[in-house]
Amino acid sequence: MRNYVLGLITNRLGSAALTLLIVSFAVFFATAMLPGDTATILLGQAATPEAVAGLRAAMHLDEPAFFRFARWLFGLLQGDLGTSYVNNVPVAELIGARFVNTMRLAGIVTLFAVPLSLTLGITAAMFRGSVYDRIVTVLTIGVISVPEFMIATSAVLLFSVYLKWLPALSFASDVTSFWQVLKIYAMPVITLTFVVSAQMIRMTRAAVIDTINTPYVEAAILKGASRRRAVLVHALPNAVGPIANAIALSLSYLVGGVIIVETIFNYPGIAKLMVDGVSTRDLPLIQSCAIIFCIGYLALITFADIVAILANPRVR
Amino acid sequence: MANLVEIRDLKVEAKTDSGRRIEIIKGIDLDIAPGEIVALIGESGSGKTTIALTIMGYARPGCRISGGSVTVAGKDMVALSERQRANVRGLEVSYVPQSAAAAFNPSKRIIDQVIEVTRIHQLMPPAEAREKAVSLFRALSLPDPDGIGNRYPHQVSGGQLQRLAAAMALISDPKLVIFDEPTTALDVTTQIEVLRAFKAVMKKSGIAGVYVSHDLAVVAQIADRIVVLRGGEVQEVAGTNEILADAKHPYTRELLSAFEPKPRGESIVAALERKPLLQVNGLIAGYGPVQPDGLPLVKAVQEASLSLERGRNLGIIGESGCGKSTLARSIAGILPASAGQLTLDGRELAPSARQRSREQLRELQIVFQHADTSLNPAKSIEEILGRPLKFYHGMKGKARDTRIDELMDMVRLPKALRSRTPAELSGGQKQRVNFARALAAEPKLIVCDEITSALDTVVAAAVIDLLKEMQRELSLSYIFISHDLSVVEAICDEIVVMYNGRKVEEITPAISKVPQHPYSKLLFSSVPKLDPSWLDRLERDPELVKTYVQG
Amino acid sequence: MTTSTTMSRSTGYRFSWIGMIGFAIILFWAIIAFLAPHIIPYPVGEIVDEDYFGPMSSKLLLGSDYLGRDMLSRIIMGARYTVGISLAAVCLACFSGAALGMAAAVIGGWFDTVLSRFLDALNSIPSKLSGLVVAAAVGSSLPVLIIMLGVIYIPGAYRFARSLAVNVNTMDYITVARTRGEGIPYVVFSEILPNIIGPLLADFGIRFVFIVLLLSGLSFLGLGVQPPYADWGALVHENIGGLPFGAPAVIVPSLAIASLTISVNLLIDNLPKKIRDRSA
Repeated sequence: MRNYVLGLITNRLGSAALTLLIVSFAVFFATAMLPGDTATILLGQAATPEAVAGLRAAMHLDEPAFFRFARWLFGLLQGDLGTSYVNNVPVAELIGARFVNTMRLAGIVTLFAVPLSLTLGITAAMFRGSVYDRIVTVLTIGVISVPEFMIATSAVLLFSVYLKWLPALSFASDVTSFWQVLKIYAMPVITLTFVVSAQMIRMTRAAVIDTINTPYVEAAILKGASRRRAVLVHALPNAVGPIANAIALSLSYLVGGVIIVETIFNYPGIAKLMVDGVSTRDLPLIQSCAIIFCIGYLALITFADIVAILANPRVR
Repeated sequence: MANLVEIRDLKVEAKTDSGRRIEIIKGIDLDIAPGEIVALIGESGSGKTTIALTIMGYARPGCRISGGSVTVAGKDMVALSERQRANVRGLEVSYVPQSAAAAFNPSKRIIDQVIEVTRIHQLMPPAEAREKAVSLFRALSLPDPDGIGNRYPHQVSGGQLQRLAAAMALISDPKLVIFDEPTTALDVTTQIEVLRAFKAVMKKSGIAGVYVSHDLAVVAQIADRIVVLRGGEVQEVAGTNEILADAKHPYTRELLSAFEPKPRGESIVAALERKPLLQVNGLIAGYGPVQPDGLPLVKAVQEASLSLERGRNLGIIGESGCGKSTLARSIAGILPASAGQLTLDGRELAPSARQRSREQLRELQIVFQHADTSLNPAKSIEEILGRPLKFYHGMKGKARDTRIDELMDMVRLPKALRSRTPAELSGGQKQRVNFARALAAEPKLIVCDEITSALDTVVAAAVIDLLKEMQRELSLSYIFISHDLSVVEAICDEIVVMYNGRKVEEITPAISKVPQHPYSKLLFSSVPKLDPSWLDRLERDPELVKTYVQG
Repeated sequence: MTTSTTMSRSTGYRFSWIGMIGFAIILFWAIIAFLAPHIIPYPVGEIVDEDYFGPMSSKLLLGSDYLGRDMLSRIIMGARYTVGISLAAVCLACFSGAALGMAAAVIGGWFDTVLSRFLDALNSIPSKLSGLVVAAAVGSSLPVLIIMLGVIYIPGAYRFARSLAVNVNTMDYITVARTRGEGIPYVVFSEILPNIIGPLLADFGIRFVFIVLLLSGLSFLGLGVQPPYADWGALVHENIGGLPFGAPAVIVPSLAIASLTISVNLLIDNLPKKIRDRSA
């Protein structure tokens, strides 16, 4: 049995690795579709043909695309993220500190969003059809139906423009007091927590309702168990797998949300770096950022899958 | 003596898809004395389970008790609050579900679920509850009573789970236990053991019971009194012997007559030349990756050989997992056989349907058990019957319309149903459409895979009559696959008994009805009879049971 | 969600008020988008207000933008881009996704395995990220935007259609059709499609919402629809400077997006239901 579980987990990890390979392939070729010649773009129209040819050779642009992909992938595996086209600095250097900033933001959001969503999602499922459940449902539909920037702008309007509690659209890099830190993180965290929680609440609620509708929960009620006991003791343990999946999938909305939030609040994370990179067409930077986000996403999903495997007594 | 349960003018409403409320229980009166076992019998949709659940003050989601009273030991379950009802559930009235496999929580150990009732109602310390559970396991003749509780539900067989569910219901010493079709999902040979265990425990403890079932013969073994239900109304109530010997209500008599053995009758095609229609030689079929010897890993059918003559019928009988359905699917080319030959009317059949000619496909039709999944819900009956006419016979327009009418006529379906979709038809009507579609091809052989198993007894009997009639008129042959011996006996000239993927015996009822092989003997003797003393008198060789019965 | 229902006895369909409101708003925006050039009060590029971020007034119903242009006209024209681009993209995504998904379910084998593996991998790239990468590589002209948005949502549409078709494919009536000798096109279009068309249409709506949100998000970042054109997301982007003053120029385009996406969600949750139990 133990070997079987190990087999399943190895299988998941292998599948994640294969997915990552396909993803990096897709990312590389999407950026390699760039119309026109990269060397010409970099050097400008006025460059001499010799200079262009020299740069092409230096960047291996004259090799077949597949070799360039292999070279790039091999570099990635060794931690070489390439060099920025724009300011000739190694991409890894550009990303370094900003990566930590983004992870910190994501971590704080997760810390708020997961307990909040689990509580709301599970209780809404428990009291399905009640006024409370309806309010939760309507609010979550509302939040997932609007763009993330609207949540962010609403937060600014409310907290900065009308209430004047927090600074708008600015990010001071020299923070001295705890109070300032709180003020700086407040709006990005509130916005992202809204975005992520709405998804998570909906999916958690659906996962728990699925297990509540099973004969064994009915059987528990017919044994005299209270509704609370039937849900908490009988339904929830079987919903662990689906809930883990719901959390992972919802956290992946962090990626989309973080791109908007870092831009709007001028937060120095890699999403902001990437958006800036897009306007300057700094391809090595974009490729690396994209791969980092994809790895984050895949890690979450794979982790959830493994939790689901371990939570299933049939394979344990 | 005061009654334990008194139901007065009970009404239950259900909400339909479009939000309309309809009454599904239409004013029922019912009494149960202490220690009495009352059976609720009826077809699907008769409301038998709904009534049983109201005794616990419970209505399934979408349903609601809309009137009347259900008094259990002096308390009206309808009037109680949800919290007060919870105090009765499990403690005074407990429940054994139809499918224990689904009703056990897959992520918790069995013993914890069995003694949970004592925890909820704070009856006894866990250690004592465990001891009591083990003694119940022993009383229900479960194997390894000390250790079985430590397993998870998926590690125990279906028959054992059903008995464990009974232990769970009995641990609180309730006044009443509700059995909701507790043996319907089991094989007949397993059913006997479970029924015996239930009966012994109930008689010994003097607990009252409500036994919900569609099977009169099963109910006859265990119930003191029988309530016959139909469409949410009581048709007849009487003692078991009285119902069996002297039923008053026409519907009860109809139910009883479905049990009378109907001999196959003289084969009308006997006069025709006896020519083999289908021959199967050394067929091997199964699932899983192909092994070095070219055969699948799991062989569901091993070296089956059979032969069927034109105008005669072959029955294939066996319990779940014996390979009978796999054999049917291999014959039809759905699951290509890995080895062996198939010959239809003198010409060899390719293993896979894809390689067979359109003519061969037309000559051999298959009809499945579940009419619900065999008929495309998005199509009208007209379209369903029209397609094979166009596909095989190139019929169009008026000719096709006329032929559809003829087919519907043949299977006794009113023409008004032509433009309806399957969802608007009853189970019996759907199975008739299913059969008519096979007839539309004008086949020589129809493989019927458990086609009456999902139908209520009375409806099933009518479908069997239809099959016989079609055979007389169209000189068809059938291969009839079933787990139900009485159905097969009613229509087949030859019966093949399968066990564990192999054909163990072939019986020709016209020559001898007595099986020779030990498994066939066990199987045939396990089919419940309408005689209330049948179960008590039945003697089974323990060695045989040990060899052939799992759980 | 709703208790008030209207019954239409003649057709046997039931359509709730909430669904009707959603439908009405969608219809409203569709008509606006269609008639846009004929109903705008001022040309979109014309500066009509000396002040920028002007308030709502009887002359300029929705105020003016950062250059003093009429917001109402810009919103009306923006509807064209938001609705038009999203609709074209969702058609691309859903038609190709559904066709591939159904084919994979019926054909099975390695065709299914390879296609599913590949598209699932693409599905694991967050949609905004794909948007950024493509915008960086090929820019964001209108045709590129449509194709990009469509392609990003093909894997999702494929997966949804495939899972529905796989369920239907296990039904006995499919086995009956195949043992009758029917070919794959008949099985896909005649046996499977009619049974999954309802959920596929609902998925079409949900994916439309996703695409509207993604397009708006990209435009908000300045990477979607480019000037001189402007969709609703781009209008928020242009006018973000008005946020500290709470100018209508920032708020109204956001509300327009929300009204469209929430309406589609309301309609999907309250689609007309056929009354099944007329005879019961």
